[in-house]
Amino acid sequence: MDRVELDRVSKRYVLGQRLNAREALSAAAARMIGRSSRPSREIWSLRDVSFSLADGEALGIVGANGAGKSTVLKILAGITAPTAGVSRTRGRVAALLEVGTGFHPELTGWENIYLNGAILGMSRSDITRRFDQIVDFSGVERFLDTPVKRYSSGMYLRLAFAVAAHLEPDVLVVDEILAVGDAEFQRKCVMRMQEAEKEGRTLIFVSHDLETLSRLCERSLWLESGRIRDSGATEAIVRDYLASSLLAQGADTQRFESDGVVVHALRALPVEKGAGAVLMRGDRLRIETEFEVTHDVPGLDLAVLVTRSGGARVIDEVLSERSTVRLSRGRYRVSLVLPPLLNSGDYTAGLWFGTQYEELLDLTMAVPFTVHGSHVDRPERILVMALPFEVDRLDAAG
Amino acid sequence: MPREAASEWQENAAGPVARTHVWRSLWESRELVALLAARDLRVRYKQTALGVVWVLLQPIASVAIFTLVFGRLAGISSQGVPYPLFALVGFVVWTYFSSATVRASDVFISNPDLVTKVSFNRLAAPAAAVLPPLVDLAISMGLVALLLVYYGVVPTWGVVAVPVWLALLVLTALGLALWLAALNVRYRDVQQAVGPSMQTWLFLSPVAYPSTLLSDQGELLYSLNPIAGLLGLARWSLLGTPWPGWPLAVSLGMVAVVLACGLTYFRRAERFFADVI
Repeated sequence: MDRVELDRVSKRYVLGQRLNAREALSAAAARMIGRSSRPSREIWSLRDVSFSLADGEALGIVGANGAGKSTVLKILAGITAPTAGVSRTRGRVAALLEVGTGFHPELTGWENIYLNGAILGMSRSDITRRFDQIVDFSGVERFLDTPVKRYSSGMYLRLAFAVAAHLEPDVLVVDEILAVGDAEFQRKCVMRMQEAEKEGRTLIFVSHDLETLSRLCERSLWLESGRIRDSGATEAIVRDYLASSLLAQGADTQRFESDGVVVHALRALPVEKGAGAVLMRGDRLRIETEFEVTHDVPGLDLAVLVTRSGGARVIDEVLSERSTVRLSRGRYRVSLVLPPLLNSGDYTAGLWFGTQYEELLDLTMAVPFTVHGSHVDRPERILVMALPFEVDRLDAAG
Repeated sequence: MPREAASEWQENAAGPVARTHVWRSLWESRELVALLAARDLRVRYKQTALGVVWVLLQPIASVAIFTLVFGRLAGISSQGVPYPLFALVGFVVWTYFSSATVRASDVFISNPDLVTKVSFNRLAAPAAAVLPPLVDLAISMGLVALLLVYYGVVPTWGVVAVPVWLALLVLTALGLALWLAALNVRYRDVQQAVGPSMQTWLFLSPVAYPSTLLSDQGELLYSLNPIAGLLGLARWSLLGTPWPGWPLAVSLGMVAVVLACGLTYFRRAERFFADVI
């Protein structure tokens, strides 16, 4: 039976809608004398988005930043109203758009569990019934009487997710929350969501972590500039989404710019044969980028990334870990050469700029490339490394 | 598991007003209201060494000044009860009203993440914000009782009406709080305006003087101020001053108008809180 239904939902945001009273008055006055003030800029965050989901189904949503993913979730959760169209849900909807909203730093862990549970829509008796499970999951039982302002950020996060994870909703809506937290925490979260799915709850999941998305959702939706570009089996959607990422095969034409860095080129080429050639499985791979640092950013660092179609991150090499070069103002070419390591298949090369504290440019999936040739026996193997075994016979036979 | 097959569709559609019943939705969120109110109380008194003393200090100081200025120097009538007692009741009622509305006015903007990331019954927030000042009111009532004993004023049977005017007082504060909280989301000017407005309103209300100072028509007009009638009612019930009569009806009418319009405006505005905050 259907649980969730979006029917031609559109959402318009008017930029600069936050006025002060003076601006509002003068705008109203201008309207009265029939002279409209400067037109406000509109953005359609969603245009005619429709889909429906039945009990126990899981839908992934992919798309670039600003494609409208979060807006879909907010409308589903009833946080904001659509400009046109209808969103319908049945039963309790729980939205995890951010972990820990509603926590109060002065209150103890115990007090926050109840408060946060109530804000998320649990009744007091629900919370009491699940209290032990929540505490178990969070692993902070020793600190329940401590104000959460004294928690480490990891503890804070675990407790917050623990409350949300035990909501028992009919429809669970999850935004990019797994980006935070350590690997163990993420694993727990994913397990919890898989459980929810098995219990027949409907799941809607937004993430840049395409591997997790593929594991959780059999169907996916690809949003682009507020419209549905494609929908269907997650595998196909993820592959097309990755392949579409901005640039033609193996080389780029576009410039990427952010505050401090302008990337002029990013290429993935076979070392021996140069640009335009087909990359075969036995070839060494050169990932090469040319960029300009437009002003000094202390601690500027870059990483070269390779992602397998399906989302698994294969290579993530950080410059500062391998070299002592400091990236001050100027133009650079940086290349990374990979031995014939990648199994045949589809990949994307990417680039990341940032410092320890902030991200300047994230081109995680900028340049798609394909490693051609036959699989080396096992197609699911990503890396082909010929690592040495050591075999010692222990029964001293012979 | 709350998974009854027949559970109803909930709609989030374009259009200005959500189709849920206001009072029922508030009743369904009563636990949230209670928890939010308890949170405010806990947070307020955590790490304060003197706690309750702060609550009593303000009325004592203000009433001392009122007594000097209005009672002694200006010689204002206090409807036959000792002036300090008269002023204290007025001030205690006023303090509740003013602190409840001031607090409620910033419930959303002080925590914008709650508005943009969580879906909860928005009405619960201002409703919860007008409750904690009741604790201060109760504590101050102890002071009133003390003064009643000191001046040997014997309360009349009007005392049984205390819950009635308390309830009306909370509703009045809620009515105004709904306006302020919702307007504040869109216009931050509200936040700046609330403090000075309350200061002015205090002197426009019969807190330090009785409304009977005015002529009859003047008093009726004056009682368009919703809090004026409630002050008269509170003094009647605690101190046995004359029954406020017609002006009370006018004030109560205003309470109803403010509350009804406040609810309507709030229900329309809340749909777009997340977009404009």
